[in-house]
Order: sequence, then C-alpha cells, then structure tokens
Amino acid sequence: MGYGYYSYGLPVFLAAVVALYLLFTGSGEAFNVGRFLEETSPYAWAGTGIGLCIGLSVLGAGWGILVTGSSILGGGVRSPRITTKNLISIIFCEVVAIYGVIIGIVYTAKLQVVPENLLYTPENYFTGYALFWGGLTVGTCNLLCGVAVGITGSTAALADAADPNLFVKILVVEVFGSIMGLFGLIVGLLMVSSAADFSAAGAASAVVSPYVH
Amino acid sequence: MEALFFNANTGFLEAIVRGYKAGILTQSQYANLTQCETLEDFRTQLSATDYGNFLANEPLPISTSTIADKATEVLVEQFKYLRTNAVEPLRKFLDYITYGYMIDNVILLITGTLHERDTHELVKRCHPLGVFDSMPVLCVATNVEELYQSVLIETPIAPYFRECLTASDLDDLNIEIIRNTLYKAYLEDFYNFATTLGSPTSEVMHRILAFEADRRTINITINSFGTELSKELRAKLFPAIGRLFPEGNNQLAKADDIDQVRQICENVSEYRSFFSETPAGASSSGDDFGAMAAQLEDHFFQTEVDLNKQAFLQQFQYGVFYSYMKLKEQEIRNLTWIAECIAQDAKDRIQDFIPIF
Repeated sequence: MGYGYYSYGLPVFLAAVVALYLLFTGSGEAFNVGRFLEETSPYAWAGTGIGLCIGLSVLGAGWGILVTGSSILGGGVRSPRITTKNLISIIFCEVVAIYGVIIGIVYTAKLQVVPENLLYTPENYFTGYALFWGGLTVGTCNLLCGVAVGITGSTAALADAADPNLFVKILVVEVFGSIMGLFGLIVGLLMVSSAADFSAAGAASAVVSPYVH
Repeated sequence: MEALFFNANTGFLEAIVRGYKAGILTQSQYANLTQCETLEDFRTQLSATDYGNFLANEPLPISTSTIADKATEVLVEQFKYLRTNAVEPLRKFLDYITYGYMIDNVILLITGTLHERDTHELVKRCHPLGVFDSMPVLCVATNVEELYQSVLIETPIAPYFRECLTASDLDDLNIEIIRNTLYKAYLEDFYNFATTLGSPTSEVMHRILAFEADRRTINITINSFGTELSKELRAKLFPAIGRLFPEGNNQLAKADDIDQVRQICENVSEYRSFFSETPAGASSSGDDFGAMAAQLEDHFFQTEVDLNKQAFLQQFQYGVFYSYMKLKEQEIRNLTWIAECIAQDAKDRIQDFIPIF
C-alpha cells in the first residue's frame, strides 16, 4: 500500500503544487499546450517516434526471446530433440524486431535537413506528428506481439518436450500472435503514407505563429 | 502477469523439473515391473527407465531397502541440482520443502535417543534432504527445553517449537504430540509463505496444503480413538488451514468414533467418497475399522497424487517443484512395494500401489 502512495501520489502532488503556483502568481497562461505544439521542432517529434519504434520493437523481441529461450534450454536437457524445432519460436520473436527496423528505415528516409526559419510549415508539422505516432504505434504493437509470441513459445517448448504431437498445434497459436506485429507494420506504413519528406518553406520568412522565432 | 517475469529467473529450472516429471514411471512401465520374477529382473527393467544404472554397483542379492535408498538418492541429487541453481524466492520455497524432512529427522533422532540406539546409526537413517549441521548433538538431549536452547535454535525450524516447549519430558506419546505440533506450525507457515508469493503459485499450493492439513486432521482424530489423548490436546494439533477449518476441526475435536468422523466429512464433497465404500452392513467393529482405515489411506494417497498431477497443468508457478517431489516419493513407495512383493513372492498383492501417470 505504501508503494502505491509514493508512486502515484507524489507525482500528482508535485504537479498540483506547480499548477497552483503558476495559477496564484498570475502566470497561469504559461501552461499553453498550443504554444508547446507549435514551437516544438518537428524533428523532435520525428526523432522520438523513430527511436520509440525501434526501441520498443527490440524490447518486445528481446523479452519474447528471453521467455522462450530459457524454457527451450531447460526442456532440451531431457529432450534434446526439441531444440532445433523450437528455434522457430525464437525466429518469430526476432521477426518482430525486423519489423521495427523496416519501419525505422522507411521513416528515416523522410528526415531531410531544413534551415530553422523555413522549417515550420504545416506539411512539416504533419510529417513530424505522423512519424511520432506511427513510430509509437509500431513500437507498442511489436512490444506486445513479441511478449505474446515469447510466452506461447515457452509453452510450446515445454509441451513439445512432453509430447511431440503438441508442437504444431501450439505453433498455430504462435502464428496468430505474430500476425499482430504485422498489423502494426501495416498501420504504421499507412499512417505516414501521405506525409511528405521534411522540405523547406516556399517564402523565406514563413512565420506560422507569433511564438516561433 | 506472472508469465512476463517468471522465466527470467526460473524458466530454466521449471523446464528441468518438467523434464524430471516426464521420467516418472508410467502404467506400462509398472506393468513390466510387476511381471518380474526376481529382483535382478527388476533391476534390468529399471535400467531402461530414467533411473538408469543406479543399482549397477550393488552386489547381489539386492535388498529392497537398498532399492529404496538408492532411488531416494536419485531424487536427492535432482533436488540438490534444483536448489543450487535457484535464486530467491524459489530458493526459499525449496527450503520450505526441506523443513518437512527436517522435522522427521529431529523426531527420529529424539525417539532413537530415548530407546538408546546408536547415534551414528540414527544419523545414517536420517533423510538426506533434512540434514542440518548440529544433528548429532541432538542425541544427547533429555528434554525439549534443553534441545531447543542448545541445538534447534539455529535451525530454520526453530519457530515451530514455540508451541511445544511445554512438553517437559519425552516419552512416546509426547513425541508424537511434538511431531504433530511441529508439522502443524510448518504447514501454516508454508501456507502463509505461499500467500506472499501471489497467484498462481498461491492458488496451487493452497489447494495442496489444504488437503494435506485435512488429511492430518482426520488421521490424528482416527488415531486418537482409544488413546489417552485428551480432546483439548487433540484440538490443538489440528492445523488452522484446509476445508475442514474451522467448523470441521471443531466437530472432529469432539468426535468419538469413526461414524461421527464420516458424518463430519460429508460436509466436504471431495471427502464424502472416502468413507462411502464400506462392506455391506458395516458397523464399527474391529475388522471393518481396519479395512476402512486402509481404504481411507488409499483414498488419501490417490487424492494427493491427483492434486499433485494437476499442479503441472499450470505454467509459471512454483507448485511444480513441490508436486514433483511428492510424486517422486510416491513412486519410490510404489517401487519399494513392488520389490517387496517380488522378494516375498506375494504376487497377489503386487497391484496394490498407486499408479501416477
């Protein structure tokens, strides 16, 4: 119970203190979501999205491999025949990381150098946001897919060690699990399909909002 | 949620235990063993199983106690491998499994000392999983207080002695009371520890330990009929866990004969069938009592094996370690029974063991 108080209560308390301080010292308008969105560079959004994509994908793949690999190793002590066949579970987990790499490469191709005074166009904002949310989508899908395939792979290894007929049946469950990563890949590609590369604005001083210098 | 983090520390060992479990003898292997004519055939048949050549270096003629000892050695080696490779909290869980054997060893040493047996022989007869450092010192004790202060306070089972330090002198009845008090404290402690481990380990272990507690409650009740054990003392030996707790325990503490025990156990549907298969026109005469007690034991063993088998149906929990130990012990009892029947040429009762898989 104490753990809950500290991990949820303390951040909420601090946020409340900061908010009330701003409110009571007359600078409540400092908290301005619109200004934040407009003055944050699209490169920041794009870079974060690509980083999350590959990072979360690799986390999911690694997690899945650890869960299934330990069971394969242990089961292989008494039933060495399972070790070769069950590598397919590891491959399914690895594929999830490959999806993350593919999306990372596709997204990175949209990053071009643009001087700062020409950067803040609506098209560039859109590309930045699309890359962020696309990357987050793909990363989360791959994380959950990798974990699912890993847990199922562990059960498949232990079932195979006990009775060889069970392996193919549990493999079907794994295949359905790995399809989720593919869904993430497809949606991630769709999300950025209409996002153009970062490109310079037409006019030299295209100031899009009073806040951007 | 347990599946996310369990395999990081325990995945390998769980798979090893499931591998051990695959080596438990099946019905077809028991069929081969029961058809052996001599113990040498028995040994040859066993060498084709996971036991391998564990009896290879024994000189002929082999005795059944050697078979039991060597089979227990195989189990002890497996357990030690698991325990050496375990980290917390599995390490503590495996330690809890050994406390049961420690209690048996302590009682064995005290009883042996009372009857003035040789200390070395006693120490050799102790179960290897329940050894602790100061075991031979136990043989010089005369009362429980001294025992506790000098030796037992350093062992992990020290907290269980809190309830029984009042038994000031040791005689046969008191030793049984000490054993049951220790085991009651051990079961309750293990139950609480399993609760801290969280689901699904706690669910699996609660089921198994609750049955163990009920079994001990019923056995203590039946064995105390006709002895000088007072009802208050009997009630204090019942563990405070299980399906019969608290109502059934209260009623069993006041029971006087086995029909009352049967009526009390009717309230629990799983135990109803334990008492129902009596010969036609049964009454509490001596012969029927013996037959019913034997059947009851069989039912208890069968239910224990069933519960332990069910523990393997769930992955990512520690119950498989406990269940494997119990199933292997049952297998060793079975092997000993079959070997005895072969050695004594009593083939008509050779099928009276509890098959596992």
